[in-house]
Amino acid sequence: MRLAPSRRFVLGAGAALLALPATPARATKADVAAAIRAITGGAPLRPGRVKLDLPLLVENGNAVAMTVGVADPLPAAERVLSLHVFAEGNPLPNVIHAYFGPRSGAPRLATRIRLATSQTIVAVAACADGTFWTDSVELLVTLAACIDDL
Amino acid sequence: MPRPLINVPKKVKRGDAFDIRILIAHPMESGQRRDDKGQPIPREIIHSFLCTYGGEEVFRAEFFPAISANPFLTFSARAVDSGQIVFTWTDDLGATQFDSVEITVE
Amino acid sequence: MRRLALLLCLLATVAQAAPRSGYDDAGPQVRAMQDDDDANPGFLWVQQGAALWSRPDGSASKSCADCHGDASTLRGVAARYPAFDAKLRRPVTLAQRINLCRTDHQAAPALAPESDALLGLTALVGLQSRGLPIAVDAGGPNRPFVEAGEHFFRTRQGQLNLSCANCHEERAGHRLGGALIPEGHANGYPQYRLEWQTMGSLARRLRACLIGVRAEPLAPDAPDAVALELYLAVRARGLTVETPAVRP
Ligand code: HEC
Ligand code: HEC
Repeated sequence: MRLAPSRRFVLGAGAALLALPATPARATKADVAAAIRAITGGAPLRPGRVKLDLPLLVENGNAVAMTVGVADPLPAAERVLSLHVFAEGNPLPNVIHAYFGPRSGAPRLATRIRLATSQTIVAVAACADGTFWTDSVELLVTLAACIDDL
Repeated sequence: MPRPLINVPKKVKRGDAFDIRILIAHPMESGQRRDDKGQPIPREIIHSFLCTYGGEEVFRAEFFPAISANPFLTFSARAVDSGQIVFTWTDDLGATQFDSVEITVE
Repeated sequence: MRRLALLLCLLATVAQAAPRSGYDDAGPQVRAMQDDDDANPGFLWVQQGAALWSRPDGSASKSCADCHGDASTLRGVAARYPAFDAKLRRPVTLAQRINLCRTDHQAAPALAPESDALLGLTALVGLQSRGLPIAVDAGGPNRPFVEAGEHFFRTRQGQLNLSCANCHEERAGHRLGGALIPEGHANGYPQYRLEWQTMGSLARRLRACLIGVRAEPLAPDAPDAVALELYLAVRARGLTVETPAVRP
């Protein structure tokens, strides 16, 4: 266990700035586009069907509750095969790939994710008819999770 | 590692969808942090997760370091027959773990 | 003007009479995580504590359950801690009490501070008092320790020359950098902190606050540390136990 001095105290008290850990590399929009292309094979993304739920204001980026899913029932030929989530401001563009099997009850999942900073999160749903649907949320992280510092 | 906390209804009606919730104890070390000597801490995350029910797949996921420590997952299954719901997950150290619960379908 | 001052004074007394839990200062997400036992990661530790509770250990080969029965028999206990130990003639924290049972009754080695095992057992015992009002004894033999703890709380220290009271009384409700300064009550430990991404004890939280003001951290078992924990419990009277709490 390691207790690094919290930089928030330093900022708050106006004392000399502590050397901050180097900001980790961030995924770029191009990285995210490439990660999405790896799923869609370049097929167009349409807005709609899939809904991404995240808080707009995040207190601590270490654990942010996220729900993603397709609520409206679809005919079998168009059913949702998988859901994918991407982060534009994290060190890596991928967050999760989820696949729904024959015993799935609904194409939906909830989990908790890490967000290094304020950014846009993108969800993509892949359907059995070869279409891809997308939704995104832009959110503000008031206290960035100190990725280098616990 | 302690066992995960798994939550499923004890009984469900045939044909109904029901939620499965699982909380797994795991640090999900992202591979992006450094220790107090400035050395990178190696990545150690659960990278894959699978849930089957009566031997058939319900849900499968690939996790990345953006999944929080002590991963929490909720997803949905459809009640077909009474049987076993099995969870399997594998981390970067190659350790595959599993756990299971029984469900009664009426 | 006089009336306003009087009103402010009254408000201040009211504020003092009704302490505000860190739960109320946390955002809706953090509160939701604490409220849902299936989603609260603290329950991973509770579960581990429950497994240890019934496992025989030490050269006495006794489990906690052998002597105490079901963990629920300890309902109300955590709400009274830190409590005075007549033999040691000083207050001990709940974690120290558990370790005393390990060494004295199980003839087993004490569990390391911040170990999953000790956090787990402490969380299990703490959970049995969840929802009960903090009922620590401020008088009797505890009194001089409460006074020492309060003295520590009000003494400026560290390079930043701040006391706990400077932040948690005078500036509670204000922001420090991005963080809201809570009243700093200790009613949910051990707790799961998102910042730590794990469970931690009050001692760990206090070390972080002390390092924050560039002061010497307290050794976990130093008498000052227990006195401070005792005073924090005294000033939290009016709140209920929230273990295992979740905080940002
Ligand atoms: C051999 C019997 C024995 C075993 C085993 C034992 N205890 Fe105890 N425990 C006691 C007794 C007796 C007391 C009363 C204080 C004393 O005499 O130490 C006590 C007191 C306590 C208290 C404080 C109760 C209060 O009202 O203040 C807690 C908490 C506790 N034990 C937890 C545990 C845990 C957790 C374990 C297992 C790690 C454990 N005990 C194992 C006998 C035991
Ligand atoms: C510079 C202001 C400052 C000082 C001085 C300070 N703290 Fe804190 N404390 C905070 C902030 C801000 C938080 C909120 C948590 C965070 O860091 O995000 C906090 C959190 C806490 C908590 C956690 C409350 C909960 O809900 O679990 C406790 C307990 C605490 N402080 C006690 C103390 C004690 C005891 C001292 C003196 C040794 C102290 N603090 C000194 C700013 C301060």
